[in-house]
Amino acid sequence: MNILTNPKKLRGFERHIKVDNVSRRSILKGLGLAGGFVLAAPVMSRPGFAAYQTGADKMPHGVVVDPRVFVSVASDGTVTILAHRAEMGTGVRTSLPMIVAEEMEADWSRVRVQQAPGDEVKFGNQDTDGSRSTRHYLMPMRQIGASARTMLETAAAKRWGVPATEVKAVNHEVVHNASGRRIGFGDLAADAAKGAVPSVEGLKLKDPKDFRYLGKGAIGIVDLRDITVGTARYGADVRLPGMKYAVIARPPVTGGKVVSFEGSEAMKVSGVEKVMEVKGWPWPSKFQPLGGVAVIARNTGAAIKGRDALKIVWDDGPNGKYDSVAYRAELEGAARKPGLVVRKEGDVDAALKSADKVIVGEYYLPHHAHVAMEPPVAVADVKGDRAEIWAPVQSAGGTREDVATTLGIPQENVTVNVTLLGGGFGRKSKCDFALEAALLSKELGAPVKVQWTREDDIRNGFLHTVSVERIEAGIDKNGKVTAWRHRSVAPSIASTFAAGALHQAPFELGMGLVDMPFEIANVQCENPEAAAHTRIGWFRSVSNIPRAFAVQSMVGEIAHATKRDQKDMLLELIGAPRIVKLDSVKDLWNYGEPYDSYPIDRARLRKVVEFVADKGGWGRSVPKGHGLGIAVHRSFVSYIATIVEVAVDEKGKLTVPRVDTAIDCGTYVNPERIQAQMEGAVIMGMSFAKTGEITFKDGKVQQGNFDDFPVLRIDESPAVTNVYIVPPGPDTPPSGVGEPGVPPVAPALINAIFAATGKRIRALPIGKQLEA
Amino acid sequence: MITMKINGQQKNWDGDPDLPLLWFLRDESGLTGTKYGCGQALCGACTVIVDKQATRACITSVSDVVGREVTTIEGLHPTGDHAVQKAWRQLNVPQCGFCQVGQIMQAAALLMENPKPTHDQIREAMAGNICRCGTYQRVENAVRLASTGV
Ligand code: FES
Ligand code: FES
Repeated sequence: MNILTNPKKLRGFERHIKVDNVSRRSILKGLGLAGGFVLAAPVMSRPGFAAYQTGADKMPHGVVVDPRVFVSVASDGTVTILAHRAEMGTGVRTSLPMIVAEEMEADWSRVRVQQAPGDEVKFGNQDTDGSRSTRHYLMPMRQIGASARTMLETAAAKRWGVPATEVKAVNHEVVHNASGRRIGFGDLAADAAKGAVPSVEGLKLKDPKDFRYLGKGAIGIVDLRDITVGTARYGADVRLPGMKYAVIARPPVTGGKVVSFEGSEAMKVSGVEKVMEVKGWPWPSKFQPLGGVAVIARNTGAAIKGRDALKIVWDDGPNGKYDSVAYRAELEGAARKPGLVVRKEGDVDAALKSADKVIVGEYYLPHHAHVAMEPPVAVADVKGDRAEIWAPVQSAGGTREDVATTLGIPQENVTVNVTLLGGGFGRKSKCDFALEAALLSKELGAPVKVQWTREDDIRNGFLHTVSVERIEAGIDKNGKVTAWRHRSVAPSIASTFAAGALHQAPFELGMGLVDMPFEIANVQCENPEAAAHTRIGWFRSVSNIPRAFAVQSMVGEIAHATKRDQKDMLLELIGAPRIVKLDSVKDLWNYGEPYDSYPIDRARLRKVVEFVADKGGWGRSVPKGHGLGIAVHRSFVSYIATIVEVAVDEKGKLTVPRVDTAIDCGTYVNPERIQAQMEGAVIMGMSFAKTGEITFKDGKVQQGNFDDFPVLRIDESPAVTNVYIVPPGPDTPPSGVGEPGVPPVAPALINAIFAATGKRIRALPIGKQLEA
Repeated sequence: MITMKINGQQKNWDGDPDLPLLWFLRDESGLTGTKYGCGQALCGACTVIVDKQATRACITSVSDVVGREVTTIEGLHPTGDHAVQKAWRQLNVPQCGFCQVGQIMQAAALLMENPKPTHDQIREAMAGNICRCGTYQRVENAVRLASTGV
């Protein structure tokens, strides 16, 4: 069955994607359910500001531009700004409120940031994913701030009996220059609140040259002090009176279930109070709990010890034979045969046949686990038909909907308090852990914390997909690439929402496959079938990771075969600095953004390559055993290029003396956090490249903790990571930051290893391949 | 009954003597600054200082700390202004922040033992602390900054 034809199956799923260009709201309208939640839509076009559009209003519940919702001013002058997006380390709790403070002329030292609960009718879309926060909210947050400022100015003008045009808000005060009078925001708060909210169309936004905070990067994150003294509150840190602690033994195989269990030994463990079954949903189960057996105790340690003493008989269900070795062979087999054509220009078969040389690269990327430092955890307190949740969720609004549906209570009766997230990376877009806590609390009649152990996180998560990317490049006598066939085969995220999803969804195909930007005459992209045997989910950067790895490794292979410099080859493939026309692609997806505002721009792609090459010293001579590699990738409508220098010793030990990475994310808000995200992306990209691999045998994940699923540590991290932000062109719209740094890292590293050793690595992780 | 000293205060426990100190701190004592990340001494999120020694609370049982001084992030400095904490703030080190308490406690223990660590010594001492957000470059710089006095 095609998931796209059955909107009822899309609950939760459609929150994150545009399905066939149908927004969730229009799906709702089609079903005759509800609509009209959007209070106001952002209007971007006005003199002096970028006339750009984003996909923000197509997200579930769209955008709300209303200062009364987001800003309050106390009589002592304290300005409270609501953060309606989740903080998982990107700095969004700082950056979005900073935009409001900038426009309203608030003094940042007198601003408090408060986290909004899940309520998308009130706040607009809250799905903190897809690297969307700044690109969707820069303009709305400016408008909210400008609106609040206008209300304060209007109140002051009224009090003084002067025209509003004569007063001006300056750093937490409104000033009347002609008379020299001034009055603080706090003194105006009550009057301003009584005034009308100005229309968005009439708002006067600040001239960017007057910005005090935006684009400066001089402000620390709002939670900095709390984090360093240990009082920052994450999901795991929530404590309620009478709260029970639970851990759950979940089916070791996706789609499995409990046949029987024996809990008497567990009950003997000191501190254990109860053993009970947790409801599971049939596979594929979307964000619903997997089910299993819960141990309830007075503390987490007792619950874990109790769980170790459980005896459970499982029915493994349909995925009990999932085996990573066999599955890889299956994917490779599929990649060697024609598949569903998803992009076609020219005649790739003929061009490959007539090519002087054909280079074939087959690239493998295994499953990977998010392993955010804070494993999933949630607290729920369900009383009758009301529920309150405290959880580190990326999707506050979606969690509220799902809790309401799961418990069968109205959404209005559910409060979702969003704590800080100890990392998210897409894992915490799925609220199964909060639903588990809600179900247990309902049964126990007490508040419950469900804590996932690291093993649970690795074995029962929503993994990054596993994929084979096969590229054939045809080269003519002059060394020009004339043919490009890319087959991408990987189980789709759609399989987590509907049985029988064998092809990747538009939002996956649009991440580095059909949007391949090179100027080549004959191009064909294909997507052979792949069935999923475990839960597949979004992982920071998603399909861009395997695609950039394949495409940018292939550029390195072509450069070598045609004896050219990697960077020159890259620029030649990108071609002339023009906007790419992709009429041949039925659904480009384009990260949900309108193409006019966010086209694939070869000029920007070239520029970011040239920028990093210049700043990062491309072509510098390096010692023996060292090598330089480069890669570029557009994702989340941003452009990133990365240079890695590696050193490989005689024993095959790999070190990274230096990484240079350049990002063009258009107009930017907080360069200091952009830098932090790029630094972090390098580390995560290196984890993908070096060590990260989740494998299955007999349907079970074979890894369980950081010993057998290692991630990069400080002693393996680059000696230096330099980050450069490409200055945006005038009025370039803001684009993604959280995710796009990751994809170029692995291929730049792999190309560097080739330069250093002559070894071409086509399967990640590198593991021991350099030791051979 | 087990008696411990945590941040200078006496604490009693009459439950399972094998309970990991981590859960005693977090769940039984409300000292939630110390984090759980792996439970197997693999990530460093739970790092506390026991008698000047950086210690993983997740594999240390309450009975192991009888008669010892346990310092958690809550007791590192009365106003939260330990040189390491100040350096961390100066360089805006954290991203999500979840690993940071463990990093700070590990760094504080390192500087107690070795006030002027080299590049390699910093990397070696901090290698047990995973940061999935990838703040390593700043962690290293902050330890260096703290060692030179803020
Ligand atoms: S939780 Fe103790 S080292 Fe990871
Ligand atoms: S800051 Fe997020 S894990 Fe270190």
